[in-house]
Amino acid sequence: MSTAVELVKDTPFTIGTRTFQSRLMVGTGKYRSNEEMVRAIEASGAEIVTVAVRRVDLDRSRDASILHHLDPKRYLLLANTAGCYSAADAIRYARLAREAGFNEFVKLEVIGDQETLLPDVAGLLEATAVLVREGFTVLAYTNEDLITALRLEAAGAAAVMPLASPIGSGLGLLNPFSVRTIKRRLKVPVVVDAGVGTASDACLTMEQGVDGILMNTALAAAQDPVTMAHAMRLAVDAGRAAFLAGRMPRREVAMPSSPLEGMLD
Amino acid sequence: MIEVVVNGERRAVPAEATLLELLTLLGLDPRVVVVEHNRKIVRRPELSGQRLAPDDAIELVHFVGGG
Repeated sequence: MSTAVELVKDTPFTIGTRTFQSRLMVGTGKYRSNEEMVRAIEASGAEIVTVAVRRVDLDRSRDASILHHLDPKRYLLLANTAGCYSAADAIRYARLAREAGFNEFVKLEVIGDQETLLPDVAGLLEATAVLVREGFTVLAYTNEDLITALRLEAAGAAAVMPLASPIGSGLGLLNPFSVRTIKRRLKVPVVVDAGVGTASDACLTMEQGVDGILMNTALAAAQDPVTMAHAMRLAVDAGRAAFLAGRMPRREVAMPSSPLEGMLD
Repeated sequence: MIEVVVNGERRAVPAEATLLELLTLLGLDPRVVVVEHNRKIVRRPELSGQRLAPDDAIELVHFVGGG
């Protein structure tokens, strides 16, 4: 089945040295079962899948590793630094993740506040600079602030990931203007990360012209994650196609679609 | 036996045990676990060459579900 995006000419979606077909990236947290997670990821069409780095639970079996359920040859495993509240912690987690031996990509999070999970932009900039020097491909999770986004790009981030709304909130795209501005001003890919709640949020986000979306809770916390993953895939394609098509201008007054001539007396 | 700290918990291990022996003792597959020994990452080929000393801090991490 050809998708809408295949009908229009699109530019490749490249982060660092890797090019991807899908503009939807998904997380692996909070699913009710691993089996449901695997089916949802397949339905999403995602090629980039995020994972977290945590201590092995020594009292339970070794089965807790996500690698038992996801083939690292099929998906690009994008390790995150979720839960890190300082640049030093985030750098430590990123190094551990790279040592797992799959790739140089890291989704860098430096969190500044427990209630909102909003980023600590000073720590984020510091960690980005260090990790870029060490050869990482840094995808930086940030707020929808243009100046921070520009500084992350200048520090060598391979992609900048402004939030739609707070992590896990499902509030959708709260600031389309800022996200659009960031996309217009940056050369590196802009991937909206966090806050998308349902398919219309994803579509609206892609209509802003951003390069992609990363989501986790919108799928994992849906009543039917597999069907929601399918909906998100369609929504991302639809939003991208609509952006490429260029929407009609907004008008404050109506304009008839049918001819004014030829009406009966 | 000596005591070391593994993932924040004190554990008794045989004196002079290597990191690879520690993983085997814990039933862990070295291919899916990353080892940090006293804050330094130890590459897989080096696990059999590094011996534990009393009060060493070892972190054993892996990939889990996350967003």
